[in-house]
Order: sequence, then C-alpha cells, then structure tokens
Amino acid sequence: MTAGLIPPPPTSGGSSLAESPEDSEPEIGDTNAVTPAAGNLEDSRAENAIELKEVEGLSQGRIVMRRFLRHRGAMISLGVVIVIILLAFSAEGIDALGIVIKGWWKYRWTDIDNIQNGGQPTLSLWPLNWGNHPFGQDSLGRDVFALVMRGTQQSIMIVVIVGILSTVIGVVIGSVSGFFRGWIDTLLMRFTDAIIIIPLIVLTAVLGRTYGNLGSFVLAIVLGLASWTGLARLVRGEVLALREREFVDAARVAGASSGRIMFLHILPNAVGVVVVNTTLLMSATILTEAAISFLGFGVQQPDVSLGSIINLYQNAFNTRPWLFFSPVIFIILIALAINFIGDGLRDAFDPRQKRALNKAARKSAAAARQKATAR
Amino acid sequence: MLTFLARRLVATVIVLLVASYIVYVLAADAGDPLAALRTSTSRNKAELINLRIAQLDLNVPAPLRYFIWLGGILSGFVGHFTLGKSVAGQDITDMLGSAVGVTLQLLTASFILAIIIGILIGITSALRQYSGYDYTVTFLSFLFFSLPSFFVAVILKAYVGIAFNNYLDNPKIAWWIYILIPLISGLIWMGILGGTARRRLMIFGIAAIATFAVILYIGLTDWFDNPALGPVVILILAIGFGLLVVALTTGLQNRKSLYTALTVAVVGIPAYYAFNINRAEEINGWLLLLLGLVTIGVGMLIGWLWGGYDRWQSARTGAITAFLTGGLIVADRFMSSWSVYSDAVANGRPIATVGSGTPDLSSISHSFWITGLDSITHLLLPTISLMLISLAGYSRYSRANLLDVMNSDYIRTARAKGLNERTVVMRHAFRNSLIPLTTIVAFDFGALLGGAIITETVFAWSGMGQLFNIALGPTGPDVNAIMGFFVVTGIAAVVANVLADVAYTALDPRIRVSV
Repeated sequence: MTAGLIPPPPTSGGSSLAESPEDSEPEIGDTNAVTPAAGNLEDSRAENAIELKEVEGLSQGRIVMRRFLRHRGAMISLGVVIVIILLAFSAEGIDALGIVIKGWWKYRWTDIDNIQNGGQPTLSLWPLNWGNHPFGQDSLGRDVFALVMRGTQQSIMIVVIVGILSTVIGVVIGSVSGFFRGWIDTLLMRFTDAIIIIPLIVLTAVLGRTYGNLGSFVLAIVLGLASWTGLARLVRGEVLALREREFVDAARVAGASSGRIMFLHILPNAVGVVVVNTTLLMSATILTEAAISFLGFGVQQPDVSLGSIINLYQNAFNTRPWLFFSPVIFIILIALAINFIGDGLRDAFDPRQKRALNKAARKSAAAARQKATAR
Repeated sequence: MLTFLARRLVATVIVLLVASYIVYVLAADAGDPLAALRTSTSRNKAELINLRIAQLDLNVPAPLRYFIWLGGILSGFVGHFTLGKSVAGQDITDMLGSAVGVTLQLLTASFILAIIIGILIGITSALRQYSGYDYTVTFLSFLFFSLPSFFVAVILKAYVGIAFNNYLDNPKIAWWIYILIPLISGLIWMGILGGTARRRLMIFGIAAIATFAVILYIGLTDWFDNPALGPVVILILAIGFGLLVVALTTGLQNRKSLYTALTVAVVGIPAYYAFNINRAEEINGWLLLLLGLVTIGVGMLIGWLWGGYDRWQSARTGAITAFLTGGLIVADRFMSSWSVYSDAVANGRPIATVGSGTPDLSSISHSFWITGLDSITHLLLPTISLMLISLAGYSRYSRANLLDVMNSDYIRTARAKGLNERTVVMRHAFRNSLIPLTTIVAFDFGALLGGAIITETVFAWSGMGQLFNIALGPTGPDVNAIMGFFVVTGIAAVVANVLADVAYTALDPRIRVSV
C-alpha cells in the first residue's frame, strides 16, 4: 500500500504527517499558536472553557450541525444550490423515466421558435425584465433558458446519482477491506489501485462513448461505477484505525456479527470522512461530466446537459457568446457552491476545529465570554 | 528497502495487467471499428473489411484479443516489441513517440510554475491567516477549483490572446488600466506583507506608485512592441533578486551572504556584454544549459571566496542569485528578437492560439532565439490555463500543511529559543510543510503524461490528449491507440506512485516502509 495515503489513527496526537492533505484542512485557531504570549494563554484557556460550556450536553451530531450552520459560506452556498435546483426543476418540469410534468416556463427545451432580434438575450437586470428569451436563442431558435434549465436538471441528477452510487460502493469496499484485512484487503485494494491508475477522464469517456446514447440516467450510473475509488481508500484507512478501538472489542464481546460491527459501530464514526468526500466528489463530478460532454462522449442529443450545451455551441463563441456563457455560469455556480458546502462540512467534522469560524460566531463567542466573566 | 521495492514491483505489474485488461475490454466495447467501412460506397468494400479484420484480429473476441495485444508487448523480450497498429494502419509506437514529446513540452512548464506559485500563495496566505488576503486567496482558489478547464482555455484564447494581439496592433493603454492594476498590486502587497495599519498603508502606497510607474513606462515607450531590459534594468533587478534571496535564506544581517549577492549581481553586467558579443546567434540549447551550469558555478565560487564562518551558505546564495541573473540576461536576449519574430514569423500577431508551433518555421529561421520565442508564444496560453487550475489545489494544500506545521510543538520550541521569524518560518516550518506535498506532486506528475485532454483539444495541440480523443472519436474506437495511451499513462502513474513512497521515506524518517 502507499505509505503516504493511510490516514494515521486519531490517537497520533494531531501529527498528521501521513495524512493526505485533502482530508486535513486544519483551520486551527489562531488562539495562541502564532504568538504564544502569556496573556493570550489565559485568554485561550478561558475561551476553551467557554467552548466546552457551549457544547455541553450536545451530541456529536448536534455539535457538527451547529458548526455547519454557523459556516456562512456553506450556508450561502446551500441556499444557492437549493435555489438553482428549484429553478431548474420547476421551470422545465420533469421528464425522466417516463414521468412527464410540465414546468412554468413557456418554452420547452425542444421547442423551436422564430428567432427574434438575432437571438440576443432579453434579460436585463435594471430594470429587472425577463423578456421572451432571457438567455437568448440558438441558431435553430431554441430557447437557451429552457436548454440551460434542462441541462442543469440533467447535470444535477447525474451528480446526485454518482454521489449515492459511489458512496455506497466506496463505503462497502472500503469497510470490508479495512475490517477483514488479509487477502480480502489485498484483493480489493489491488482492484481499487487498478481502477485508480486509469485516469478518470479516460474511464468515463470510454464508458460514456459506449453508454452515453442510452440517456443521462444510464450515463450517471456508469459514472458512479467509475468514481468510487478515492472514497474506498479513505474509508479503508478510517476503518483500519477504528477497528482497533475498544468499542469494537466491546461489541465483539457482546456477540455482534461482523456486518453489524462494520456498519452499525464503525461506520457511524467514519461518517465525517464519507460525507465530506462525497460532497467534494460531487463537485468534481459536475466538472467531469461537463468535460466528457464537452468532448462529445457524454449526454447525447436530443437530451442535453450543461457540458453538452457547451459542446454544441463551442464554435459559436465569437458570434453568439451567450450560448456559451449561460451554461458555464451555471456549472461554475453549482461546482463552487458544492465546494463551499464541502469545506463547511469538513470544518464542522474536524475534531481539531476548536474555534468558531466566521465573524458572527466570533461575536457570539465574545458575547458568551462577557457573560461568563460578568457572572 | 530492496525487498520493499521488489514487492511493490510485483504488485505494480499485477495492477497494471488488471487495469489494462479492463481498459481493453471497455474500449473494445465502446463501438464498432468497422462502422466507417460498412457505410462506405467503395467497390472493394468487402475486401477492405476483411483486410481490417485480419489486421486488427477482429475475429477474435475482445476478452481474448487482449492476450494477442499483450503478446506484442511481451515479445519485447525477444526484440519484437509492438503495441499493434491503429485503425489507419499506423504503428502505435511511432504515434506515441511524437505525442509524448508534445505533451511533455506542453505540461512541464505549467507543472513547475503551478507548484512554485501555488506554494508561494499557500504559504503567504497561511502566514496571514484570517486576513483579508487569506480570505480572498481562499475564495479565488475555490473559484479556480470550480472552473471547467475548457472555459478557462476558451476565455484565455478570446480575451487574452486575441486582445493582446489587438493591443500590439494599436498599442494604447486604456485609462482604467492605469488605475486598476496599481490598486490591485497595492492591495496584494499590502495583504502579503501585512503589519500595522500605518505600515500597511505605506506598503500600499509604495506598491501602487511603483506599479503605476512601470505601466506608465510601458505605455510611453511601447514596450511590448519592442521589449528590452538593458544593462541598467538588469542590474537593478539582479540586485533586487539578490536582496530577496538573502532576506529569505540567510537574513540580511549575514554580511558575507549579502556581499556575495551584490557581487554576483554586479558581475552580471560584464557577463551581459560578453553574452551579447555577436548577439549570441550561434547558441543552441545544450550550450545554453552548459552556460547556465557555469553561471551557477561562478556564483558559488564568488560566495565561497567571500568566506565567513559558513561559506557554503554564501555559496548557495551566490548560486541562486547567479542563476536568476543569468535568467534575466537570457530573457533580455529573447526580448531583442521579439520584434523580428513578431513581424517576420507571426505577422504581427505573436500570441498564438492554435497549435504547438508555427508550421514550416525551419524554412524561415534556424535561430535558437526565434525558435525559442515561437515555442514560448505557443506555450503561453495553454500553460496559463493549465496553471491556473492546478495552482488552486497546490495553494490549498500548502496552506493547510503550513498551518499544521506552525501549530506543532517544535515550532513553539524554536520560538522559545528566541529564533527570529525568518528562521522559524523558512528553516523550520516551510521545509517540513513541503513533505506531504511530495505525494501530491508525484501523483500529478503521473497524470502529466496523460496530457490535458481538454486543453489540448481547445488549443489544437497534437499530444497525448489529442491521440486519445481521436482514438475514441467518431471513426470507431481505435483500441490499440487507446491502449497505447493507457500504457504510457499507467506506467507513469505507478512509477510516480512508487517514487512518492520512496521520497516520503527519505524525507520523513518517522515513516518506515513495511517489509
């Protein structure tokens, strides 16, 4: 195994030398680390006490939840993602797996209209006016807003399916491998290694070329089958460390089966790694899907995803730039927002995270300190 | 260690075999390589189809055909190494040879630059944690992380390449640039250097005014049309670099080191004139490399001669300063060929947006400087676009690593000993924070040979990415070409993997390989 990739057991006292830095984002507090002046030490001790008081009587889950809710960037991003999802699904309705629900937008992404005003976007921000074709029209007269909304739907659906599928596969392979060790571990990890050395874009492009024309749903499943490797490795490392802990021995003595220990005792303790990395994987998937669709190996006509819209119009960049920009802006917004959510989750799950994160939280901590000293 | 490597080698070969089998079967499954022939209207259609079937052994099912392909590699032991032929009948080995060269040329510069700049940004933002600068850098790196690579490439092509060429046509700097760029530069320097409000304001002022002066100079002299540094600017820059090197490595209070840097910078001037005798027309790459080594040697000698209680420290300062000064002299020489290149080769639009070189350049000029400039102008945009994206990752990693290290006990010890900030950061923290980065750099290096498929497509480079793209393209999957691509990237990836492990053990004595 690669020596550099196995996260050390948490007992190693915070020396994260073998930890892969992706999962160690130590936003360590500036309490007294940089300038260990004597006065600061007092302060930080008081602060620690307040922090302990703040989380008194709360479960681990509640603490993580509170930390996450306080992360302003993550909260804004969560809002953005929700707004985009609502917009995309309500505007164009649903057309998947034979279920068809019409949306509120007057055009569907397949409708062809007369080209008005050279297909220029009619959206104006001041005064706010949507007009007939807010994002313009393409050379056939299709409404770009409708296309982009449909593309967003498809991209989001792909991301969610890939997230679920790769989490399930990664968690199962990782936990089985880490829990049983021995030849099962060797076998599974060699297999994971074999998948890892195939560059993701190669694997997904080859699979996309084969299955892309079966619709975006199949494509999503195929992508999910290709992107679980990183998670499997991380979960294995986590399980390797956790299986040596006392609570596992206790469960075994109590007569729990291996499956029960793996999924009910160990896995809940590894949930941080899983959640954070799934989120980051999802934001990477947006880009992967866009990349292979851009190369023409992803979602095929007549259905569209954000990447395939760009592929469709990449030659029109100089004459009709709005065809290019509107899908790109949605890709960036979604990827950026999911990245920030992942960052917020990482901070929330990080046990070394002692300090509040943003200004609001800092203020509330200061208020709490004042209250404490006043008492 | 040897047992470890041997075990790794066996495991690696098995992994490669499994992975190549997967890729082979999947690629063969991706489409019909005869599709184009089946719809053709030529009279000898059946003959052509049979010929191709025979050529690519298509009558053997893919899961077994793999072993024929593997046999081609294994017969390398008896001297008949072959990776098979492409659908078009070309030897894969030949196709790979040129593609790997082009890709390496494309990716090396961006790889190195991304690492250096990424580390610099990460370190400065870690040292100014929770400052405005830190937040801005964090946000920007998240943004670049989320940018699709084709978007960056297309934007650079349209708004940097073409806009800059238009500027060269009509060199006139817009008024807002005079305001915007100095403001940004002032803010960046203020953020990096930090300090009290007064100090920050001063830094802001100095940086903004200096930047304004540089832009004014560029605007007034049409510098980009006819760029040059000249001996005076070279001397000033060399002294500046020297001071920076001294300040970062040994500290300005180390007089011997300081004098070394200044001496080297001054020696640069005669070197500049000597280099420009006969305009260095006869030079080639190897000679330049040799000159570079000589320059480093001279720098070391100067430092060593200055002596002091630790003369090798001064020698190191001298070597770095000499290298940078030499770089300035070479850059100046490149600049003096710029207008010739721009007019004669590139027809006044020197920043290329397509391809890896001007076709038929050898019929125009054989000069090292012109060919060099041609590569540089073609490399510029793809390099920037690749760099911007990987830079974000490196800056995040190095920031996280440095923060981790800065909170460790030995840093506290170092401070308690009374060491100054420079020693603590540069000697204790910085070096150790680089160790975890080796793993990531090695992995990225493995991915390097795979090429940047998207970037190569947008800029029309015919490297590994293009090869893969065509192999998977509409003419039907070219299984042998895809496998050729995979053999190169797969071997590069596993070799990088092993190297990362070895480097890690070498750098961090706490890690021992399990035998």
